[in-house]
Amino acid sequence: MLIPHPLLGPRDAGEFTYLGDARLLERPDGLGPDAPAAFHDYVYLRDNIAGVQRELWFHEQGDRSWLVVTRDTLTHEILKAELARDVVLARKEAGK
Amino acid sequence: MRFSGFRVFKEAVTGHKGWKPLWRNPEPKPAYDIVIVGGGGHGLATAYYLAKVFGQARVALLERGWLGSGNVGRNTTIIRSNYLLPGNQPFYEFSMTLWEGLEQDFNLNAMVSQRGILNLIHTDAQRDAYRRRGNAMILSGADAVLLNRDQVWAMAPFLNFDNARFPIKGGLLQPRAGTARHDGVAWGFARGADLAGVDIIQNCEVTGFRIEEGRVKGVETSRGYIGAGKVGVAVAGSSSRVMSKAGMRLPIESHGLQAFVTEGLKPTIPGVITFGAGHFYVSQSDKGGLVFGGDIETYKSYAQRGGLPVLEDVVEGGMALMPMIGRARLLRAWGGVADMSMDGSPIIDRTPVDGLYFNGGWSYGGFKATPASGYCFAHLLATDTPHETAKAMRLDRFERGYVIDEKGVGASPNLH
Repeated sequence: MLIPHPLLGPRDAGEFTYLGDARLLERPDGLGPDAPAAFHDYVYLRDNIAGVQRELWFHEQGDRSWLVVTRDTLTHEILKAELARDVVLARKEAGK
Repeated sequence: MRFSGFRVFKEAVTGHKGWKPLWRNPEPKPAYDIVIVGGGGHGLATAYYLAKVFGQARVALLERGWLGSGNVGRNTTIIRSNYLLPGNQPFYEFSMTLWEGLEQDFNLNAMVSQRGILNLIHTDAQRDAYRRRGNAMILSGADAVLLNRDQVWAMAPFLNFDNARFPIKGGLLQPRAGTARHDGVAWGFARGADLAGVDIIQNCEVTGFRIEEGRVKGVETSRGYIGAGKVGVAVAGSSSRVMSKAGMRLPIESHGLQAFVTEGLKPTIPGVITFGAGHFYVSQSDKGGLVFGGDIETYKSYAQRGGLPVLEDVVEGGMALMPMIGRARLLRAWGGVADMSMDGSPIIDRTPVDGLYFNGGWSYGGFKATPASGYCFAHLLATDTPHETAKAMRLDRFERGYVIDEKGVGASPNLH
């Protein structure tokens, strides 16, 4: 499986470490009133989608960047790869 | 129709005209007391024990495809009870005792063969860990023997004892462990359940749950609505997909797991041998093929097939452990979808929806659990109380902080 790294081009998936659903970027507020429930949800529960999902891959044997990869979990087809940093910054921009 | 040696002889001399299908193919009724979703090993075992042990007369089992088309037909057939933690080990030992009487119980030859499982030891730390595990096994009523290097040599002289990185220093043996014929297990439970009155309905996909005021009333299926007093879901591999129809998110991620078999060889391997340090385990089937496997895929997948990097990793482990395996030709490789839970241990529990029960999260170790999983799930469905050995396998244990993490790697489903 090749992951189209936005800076380095196509790289073998073996260079990456897999973390899981890209929703893990949305870390809940640890001081919020519902923090225990929110962190149970964040740490343990997953949508576990059969189909297209966005997920976090770490280029551990490469440039050590985190990517958000859009992938079909039924066919392993990779549709898109972005730097996780760009995804988070874009979300912050939109939130402003 | 009962199977016996006499029956086989009689059919042989009368032209095999008396054999009948092992189970009926009934039309679904409008409603049942209990509906089981999933016709794999665990669903079939649940239906079997519900009807046979817990006296439930109106039970249906719904299967999307054909019986045993999922993980019960895709595993490496190993049965064992060599776990460590008190939340797990008594349950797996209960399963082992059920395996020992299973064929007589459901009157079908499932080729249960207690040829032993040997976990290899390479370091002093690993010996200490296995001594502790062996003691935990013995405390639960299971059997365990700690072997030194010479005793392992006597059992399996073909192993590479002097590997520079992982020299073999001993092993933990469970003599009562072994293998069983996985398809035979599914057929035995299906036939037994059918004979006890369970309606087994194939090609019937559950498309939704009818839930009113927090209570399940029945299931919508591709063959129409079926009412149910209680619904038990046992669809490991697809748990998240099915339970999302009831609005639930689970502590589960689906990962591919591969297995491999070589061409048939003369009897070579005395039992099951595991090389945990090298991510490789192997046994030999009754047909002679070496059956082996290793780690799960590192990334999430529903594809029921594996990738080449894991194949490479597994055969490297095999070559390191027993170099002679390099002379065998690989015949087949296949994959299934494992319900990897967040602590690597299963879930048998009620859900927040009244009347809806869940059995899943078997990670890559569901086959050995098949009889006890069915028995304990049937116990829960019939009596609304957990079986004594499955009390810790709760759905809410993650929220309460009572995880059963055998490997101690935390909420990383691809590492369990």
